[in-house]
Amino acid sequence: MAALERGASGWFEELRGFGIRLLWHPSVSEETGEEARAILARVESGEERLGALCIEGSILHGPEGTGLFNKLSGTGRSMLDWARALAPRADYCVAVGSCAAFGGVPAGAPDPTDASGLQYSGVDMGGALGPDYRSVKGLPVVNVSGCAPHPGWIMETLLALSLGRFTQADMDDYGRPRIFADHLAHHGCSRNEFYEFKASAEDVSERGCLMEHLGCKATQAVGDCNQRAWNGGGSCTQAGSTCIACTSPGFEATRGFHRTPKIGGIPVGLPLDMPKAWFVALAALSKSATPKRVRENARSDHVVRAPTPGAEKKKP
Amino acid sequence: MSRIIVGPFNRVEGDLEVTLDVENGVVREARVSASLYRGFEQLLLGRPAADALAIAPRICGICSVSQSLAAAAVLRAAQPIAPAPNGLLATNIAHAAENIADHLTHFYVFFMPDFARAAYAGRPWHAAAEARFKAVSGAALREALPARARLLETMGLIAGKWPHSLAFRAGGVTRALALGDEMRLRALLADFRGFLERTLFAAPLEAVTALSTIEELDRFADSAAGDFAAFLRIARDLRLEEMGRGPGLLLSSGAYFGPEGHRFPAGLLDTKTGGLREPPLDHIEEDVSHAYMRDTAADPALSDTLPDIHREGAYSFAKAPRLEGRAVEVGALARQAVAGHPLIRDLLAGGGSTVLARIVARVLEIALLAQAMEDWTRALAPSEPYCAPDAPLADGAFVGFVEAARGTLGHWASFRDGQIERYQIIAPTTWNFSPRDAAGAPGPLEQALAGLCVGEDGATNVAVQHIVRSFDPCMVCTAH
Repeated sequence: MAALERGASGWFEELRGFGIRLLWHPSVSEETGEEARAILARVESGEERLGALCIEGSILHGPEGTGLFNKLSGTGRSMLDWARALAPRADYCVAVGSCAAFGGVPAGAPDPTDASGLQYSGVDMGGALGPDYRSVKGLPVVNVSGCAPHPGWIMETLLALSLGRFTQADMDDYGRPRIFADHLAHHGCSRNEFYEFKASAEDVSERGCLMEHLGCKATQAVGDCNQRAWNGGGSCTQAGSTCIACTSPGFEATRGFHRTPKIGGIPVGLPLDMPKAWFVALAALSKSATPKRVRENARSDHVVRAPTPGAEKKKP
Repeated sequence: MSRIIVGPFNRVEGDLEVTLDVENGVVREARVSASLYRGFEQLLLGRPAADALAIAPRICGICSVSQSLAAAAVLRAAQPIAPAPNGLLATNIAHAAENIADHLTHFYVFFMPDFARAAYAGRPWHAAAEARFKAVSGAALREALPARARLLETMGLIAGKWPHSLAFRAGGVTRALALGDEMRLRALLADFRGFLERTLFAAPLEAVTALSTIEELDRFADSAAGDFAAFLRIARDLRLEEMGRGPGLLLSSGAYFGPEGHRFPAGLLDTKTGGLREPPLDHIEEDVSHAYMRDTAADPALSDTLPDIHREGAYSFAKAPRLEGRAVEVGALARQAVAGHPLIRDLLAGGGSTVLARIVARVLEIALLAQAMEDWTRALAPSEPYCAPDAPLADGAFVGFVEAARGTLGHWASFRDGQIERYQIIAPTTWNFSPRDAAGAPGPLEQALAGLCVGEDGATNVAVQHIVRSFDPCMVCTAH
């Protein structure tokens, strides 16, 4: 449903503009019941070509391996069964969202439904289709992760696939399109100055960096969330609502999303690629150099002290 | 007697199967089945209480803010906290944006495309309906989807993104709006009003919300050029005012809690007697006799959710909620009926809760909420806080209610030492699409389908589509 936000004239026009025909979509297609079952049957038999199979939602294996916690209604068959039946027919198979990619929230402890992604269970390859699955065009499942994924991630991936411009080299180690996985959610964060000086928010709705105390994982999570607009201009960190690494396999395992776990006062999860000693040394140095403006704004919900750079001094 | 299974029943949110027992062309009994269970209540147990704010909204990609707010409400009930007035206003603005987006999606993407189906090819309005409303290709979608996306920019401003934001807290929202943000909000609300007044209504919002009788609605249908009037003319031809009658009890828990109370009040309305009273929300029970669930306490504050796929007689993962033992209908119709909107009361007096009344109430609510969003934006106090800090959580059992787009949403939680000990969720479509209870009494949709004449068409009868979709079911919330 996130994709419905796409396109200056709507998502359907955008698809049409690139010659992509929606064969069937549970939320938007006219065909229902028997008519929808007929389409699925034609695809399964190979009578109808399937350019891309896009699946949303975890694949549920329970109870006892039957998959019956999620039947595709009207068919008597589980989504597990349908995914295994249709994926080999598809030129490409796309997991839309972290559930279909890695298992997502339903796979969290105690994993009541034995949930997995299409080709991963958390960080482990396997999932519903198995590690060796390749689509007709030879790709593993393309994991447009995120909870929810940005509409742009979905659409740009589909476009690149439809144009034959997307190869294995365009996926990262977890099958995520490098369209967004080449970046960290931290890149371009509007709180960057607070991060640099380790001027941290300590309570909700404060403007400071959310990493030290409030659980933010943007320095550890892939995504171009702060480089492209969400809903016209926002992002989680911009809203003060902390990055929970929703593009990462296993993000649901966190206990206490709003607090940064620490050992000896130092956050356990440090920025990717950063040696701990350097982080500690730099943090201490930058804290000691924090300008008053940054320190005060970090603990306020509105800007209480505006920048007054010397270079802009008024002429007499 | 023949049994027909309709599924996958699409253009609804989530997985829905409907089984009809048909005798001599008439539906004798209907059974509605939620065919997906993910176990969110089990997933919440043992977590830090505030994790509900991250986990619960992920039940659903389109009711996300409602789930967040119900979780925030139950956390608020467990701590001595006075939410920041700005925070309540910003919350209401964001919540209304989600609910309008859902109503709009329902009208343009889920409901209207059925009138473009070939089954109506003989009707005088069919060619126009096909050009304008056909699924995926209808011209109206080229206007409605961008308008919806623009409206959802509210989420970018207030909550960072939609769906699934952690901005909503017991004490308000995590982002304080500055003057520029407030102006952007006003600009996008003005854009959205423009879309409504040009396209959906082709009339000023104030003229729409002032409609107060069936006669005035009829005149509007004949005089206005917008999509709503087009629907009303089709509805008149197809007699949608006689179709899909619900159980006659309408519940609202009170919608849009602000500094001055609820914008739309709580109430329980009996459409047969006209009696309106405070809703006995502490008399909600859940029955599992026809659900794939193990036996458990009926009181949602004490019950567990443990699936049992082999349960004898079960046909849905949804439990059957009952209020004082009775099935009730929830949604925009219930909210506006309880709030006493004269047009909605007149429609109910004319035919009860039917397909027509449900659609009119939903579209009317779009107009009411667009104006409410403008009011709330004007009431924002510059430089004042948007969020009160959390206070320590008390141990014990608590409940939080909100009105989602589709109706009453309740979260029941028990906390101990800051951890979640129990969690139960009853979503709007759990009410509307509940299975039978132990007494054999059907749920609201099951009642609304019984007696429908489907003739030779059986499952392909378009009226079945209209009735089911008139409730705007959200199946992923239903069984969660």
